This record gives sequence, structure tokens and C-alpha cells, in this order.
Amino acid sequence: MLTIRNLHATVDDKPILNGLDLNVNAGEVHAIMGPNGSGKSTLAHILAGREGYRVTDGEVTFNNQNLLDLSIEQRAHQGIFLAMQYPVELPGVNNMTFLREALNSVRRANGDSELDAVAFMKRVREKAKLVELPETLLKRDVNSGFSGGEKKRNEILQMALLEPVLAVLDETDSGLDIDSLRIVANGVNELRSPERALIVVTHYQRLLDYIKPDYVHVLVNGRIVRSGDKSLAYELEKKGYNWILEEDAA
Amino acid sequence: MNTQLAQRQQAQRLWFSDILARHSTDLPGDGLPWLNETREHAKQAIGSIALPDRKQEQWRYSNLDSLYKHTYQSGHVQPGELDQGALTNWVYSEDESHRLVVANGRYVPELSSSHALPDGVIIGGLRQMLASEPGRVARWLGQDAWRTPDIFSELNTALIDDGVFIQVAANCAVDKPIEVVYLNISDDLNALSQPRSLLILEAGSEASIIERFTGKDASAYFFNGVTEVSLGENARLQHYRLQNESSNAHHLSRIALRLDTASHYRGFNIASGGAWSRTDISARFDGPHASCDLDGLYTVGERQYTDFHLDIVHSMPHCSSRENFKGIVFGQGRAVFDGRVLVEKDAQKTDAHLSNRNLMLSKLAEIDTKPQLEIHADDVKCSHGTTVGRLDPNQLFYLRSRGIDELVARRMICLGFAEQVLTHVEDEKVHDFIHDLIAGIFGRRELLS
Repeated sequence: MLTIRNLHATVDDKPILNGLDLNVNAGEVHAIMGPNGSGKSTLAHILAGREGYRVTDGEVTFNNQNLLDLSIEQRAHQGIFLAMQYPVELPGVNNMTFLREALNSVRRANGDSELDAVAFMKRVREKAKLVELPETLLKRDVNSGFSGGEKKRNEILQMALLEPVLAVLDETDSGLDIDSLRIVANGVNELRSPERALIVVTHYQRLLDYIKPDYVHVLVNGRIVRSGDKSLAYELEKKGYNWILEEDAA
Repeated sequence: MNTQLAQRQQAQRLWFSDILARHSTDLPGDGLPWLNETREHAKQAIGSIALPDRKQEQWRYSNLDSLYKHTYQSGHVQPGELDQGALTNWVYSEDESHRLVVANGRYVPELSSSHALPDGVIIGGLRQMLASEPGRVARWLGQDAWRTPDIFSELNTALIDDGVFIQVAANCAVDKPIEVVYLNISDDLNALSQPRSLLILEAGSEASIIERFTGKDASAYFFNGVTEVSLGENARLQHYRLQNESSNAHHLSRIALRLDTASHYRGFNIASGGAWSRTDISARFDGPHASCDLDGLYTVGERQYTDFHLDIVHSMPHCSSRENFKGIVFGQGRAVFDGRVLVEKDAQKTDAHLSNRNLMLSKLAEIDTKPQLEIHADDVKCSHGTTVGRLDPNQLFYLRSRGIDELVARRMICLGFAEQVLTHVEDEKVHDFIHDLIAGIFGRRELLS
């Protein structure tokens, strides 16, 4: 589904990714771990198409097409979803209006009929239950005045509505207390399916207790230096990143 | 003074005297010496007070050249000639409101409809009132006389002809909102509209008044209206003013507010139309514990010029005012916000907050914003703030990453920005009316440039 080969990228002429390779198939859950500044969030943002990153080498293929050629919204239409580390507040924009516009935009782009207000309400209520998001938050402005946990739940609600093919969760666990973490992770697990792939970017192993990955990759200095199964995450939790940094340097 | 300047000023004086000469006939008030005196006084003022000049702070940003370019004709129209199409889009249905239509400055009773009114409530035309009960007009006209003399207000006064007269007696509440439409039509001439409206709420009374300013298609005209608002003790007024003039209009309106003890004025101004538009709001407190809330929203694009001037004078203690204006400027639009709040020496315990926030969508747009807070008392709570910003790229990315097209995303952010002011509109119908109006503007215009 997703193939990244030798990806090099810079931000303000500073190299961040230095030859990253990754292969993700449908149904798989990949965790990407790594110390601060290793390029985890850069990778997530490049996949979503955020401006400000310059790809200097390498290629990203998504479902047999060059992902880097697609606009931000085209990527969303084709099933890429980024759950953001810092969900953006949109004062004055009603959450329900936003969610409906997003869903209908994706549906239109895929030749599906738009959902009317009634059908949408039914759908959104159903999905809101999944992430235990109170209905009052649907009527508020998008993320405005939401707590950290509410913002993250709103992200997963969007994911549940848009039903992406490839979801990238960027530090979804950051700033969450243990209850919120459990709720968010349950929501994500509900969305696991043989057709859908997940890339879970995280600093800590904690989230992986809830969302069990098939593969764990360690990103250091813009490259994946080690890949393994879940046990690699435990090893990292126990020993920290230094031993990998040392081995990588050697 | 150099010759060029002298010539220009002479031409401007002529422009004013030409208007006075053309429009001085057929004015009401035969046998009302006080009214003729008022007009005469204003005429003399026009000849003597300084012409607006960009060296004056009040006129620093307002270029009047396009106004002076035309001669303005009297544009009185018969009710039969009125294009009813321009009158289909009301905030309230006929059943739910009292309606007043003012066409080119003249009240049109044939198109107005008020339901049975409670005792003590008068709703009608100024000219009518001058004929039937001139004493009422004499009592209330000229409440704005405390203002610094201004040549365009004097022009309105010198030619007082018609407008709206609303008076709510003590402790009365008007049962339904009052919707006033100032319709301006100017098919093949440059018409002049100069309504003078008096809104008087006596002690303990209550009303909700919507004033809408609109024009037919792209007609060119000069609207020079003055609205005087007087609130008695404990009176409460919700006052909505929606300016959606034609794309070739010049719109100049003045609102003079007088607030007595513990009265509450709740004003909302929106400006979206006109080629050139300026709204001056001045408020004076005549007693303590009164409050004046002013919200405003302007959208300025193409080659539009839109200007708001506020002059809020806190002369009494324990009064509060809140001024909250937002603007969205795009294309080659140009906006000016000049908000002045003056807290005089004796106005202790004043609570005044002035804010102006702008969203600038294009590189060619221009905004001049000048919030001024002048405080002479020492025990007050006051603040002011102003911002000019562009669309937040984080917000744009967020929306687009959810599949929303860039143009739609921009529109959503703009409407969200506007909604932060609209949320203060308590009247749901007015809210929806404005929302649709703004959505229409950002639905049809190019926001990407």
C-alpha cells in the first residue's frame, strides 16, 4: 500500500530525513519510535502533504501512485488521514459543520452521494459513541476550548467518520491521562481492519500496550535504524534509545 | 494657501451649495419657524466650517474625490415606481414585525405596515410627524448637537425632509421587532438620500430595531443619513444596522446615541456593500450605570472602501462600553477603523473595552486601524487591542487534510472569523440573515488572491 524509498527531506535547508525506507501493507500496524528530533513528525507531515517540507530525494508510492504529486486534499480523498499531535482550534467553525463538510468532501471526491443532515447526524452520533465524545462537543467550535483529551478524541472521531485507508497517528498519546489514552486507543482498535493500515508515531511504549503493533521501527537521525516486532518496543522502554544510538554510530 | 488647493476648496464649497440649491424646495415644515431656523443654522455652518481634509484626523483616510465627482439629484420616487423585487428579502415576515420603508430618503406609508401598536408607541415617518405633531419632533430633534460640527451632518440637517420617527413611551415594550428598510434607487441619475431618523425610548421602555440600508442593483447614489437615538432611564434597545448598499453607492451614516441612567444599548453594525462607505457612531452618557455594547463586522473587497469611526465619551461614572469590531478585507479592498474611547475625569469606575481584529486575505488589501483610549479618570477598567492577520496556515492545512478543498477551507475560516462577532447577535433571525449575507459574499468572490 505504502512504499517509502530512500526518502530525504529538509526543513529550512536543514536535513531531517536522511534516506528513510518503509513498507506498509494493508491490515498492518506499524509503530515508529525514536528520540526527539529524529524526524518522526516530519515523516507524518510529509505523508499528509504539509507545506514547508522539501523532499530532496527518494520516493513515496501510495497505492501505485506517486504520493508526493498529490495535493493535501487529494491525499485525504484517497484515504490518507493524519491524526495530529496538536489539533488546530477553529474558532467560529462549528464542529458538526466541519465534520459534515469533511465527510461529504471525501464522499464527493469518491463519487459517493453526500449525506444529508439527518443521515449525517445519525452517523456522527454513532461514531462519537466510539470515542466517548460528549454530544455537546459536536455543537461547539472545532477544538476551541477542548481539553487535550477531548481534542484527541475529536481526531479519532474524524478518523472514524472518514474511514481512511492509511491512518497516521502522530504522538496521539502525548498529553493524555490514562483514561483518555484508553478511550482513544479503544477507538483506534475499533477501526483496525484487514483493509486499513496504521502508522503509529510515538515517543513512548505506553501507547503500544493498547494499540498492539505488528512492526516496530526505530527512527534515528532521519533513518530507520532498526525494525522488529513488539518486543523491540519493550526493549526500548527498558534500555532507552542510547544503546541503539551507540550501535548505529559504531 | 496655494492656488490649486484654493481652487479645489472652492469647487467643494460649490458642490455643497449646489446640493443645497437643488434640494431646498418641497421641504416640510411650513409654519414651523423652529425647523426653518434649524435648517438655516445648518446652512450657515456648511458655509463656514472647515471642509473635510486629509490633514484632519477625522478625515485622514477618507478620500472624498469620488463623491465630489457627481452632482446629486433629488430622487423622490412614487410608490408605484418602486421595484418591489428589492423589497422581498426581509429579516422578518410581515406578521412578525412592524415594517417601515424609506425610499430615497422618503418614508413610504403605502409599503409600510405596522400592526396594532400598544398605547404609547409611535412608529411612522418624520414628515408625517412634522405635519401631525410637530412638537414631538421639536422636542427630540438635534440631540446630536453636542457633536463636533461635521459638514455632512449639517447637510442632512439643512435639508431635513423625512425619515423615521419612532417613540416608545415610558415603560412600554414594543411587542414585535421594527424593521426599517432604507431602499435607494437611482436608475439614470445620481440620487441623494438624506433620511433623518429619530429613535426615542423613554424611561423603562424596550424595543428591537433593525435598520437595513440597501440599493437597487448597481445604482449610484449618495446616502447621507443621520439616526439619533435617545435612551431614557433604564430603557433597553437592541439596534441592528445592516449596510448592504449597491456596489456603486456612497454611504455615509451617522449615529448619535444618548444614554441616560442605567439604560442599555446593544448595537450591531455590519457593512458589506457600497463602493464607499463610512459609519460614524458617537455615544454620550447622560447618567451613571448605563451600558453601551457595540459589535461590528465589515467585509471589504474589490475596490471597496469601508470606514468605521467610533467616538464613545464616558462622562459619567459607573458606565460600561464594549466595542468589538472585526473586518475581513480581500481583493483590493480598503478598510479603516478609527475607534476612540474617551474617559473623562469624573467617569470613575468606567469599564471600557475596545477591540478591532482584521483578517487580510490579499496582498493588495489595505487596513488602517487606530484604536484610541484616552483616560482621564484614575479608577477605571479599560483595555484596547487591535490585530491584522492573514489566514492561519495551520487552520488551512487542518481543513485541507480532512479533504476540504482549499477554497472551501478559506471560506470556512472567514465565516468562522465572522461568526465570532455574529455570536453576539441575540436575535436568531437577524443572525441567520447576516450569516447568509456573508456566506453569499464569500461564496461568490475569489478568495485566493
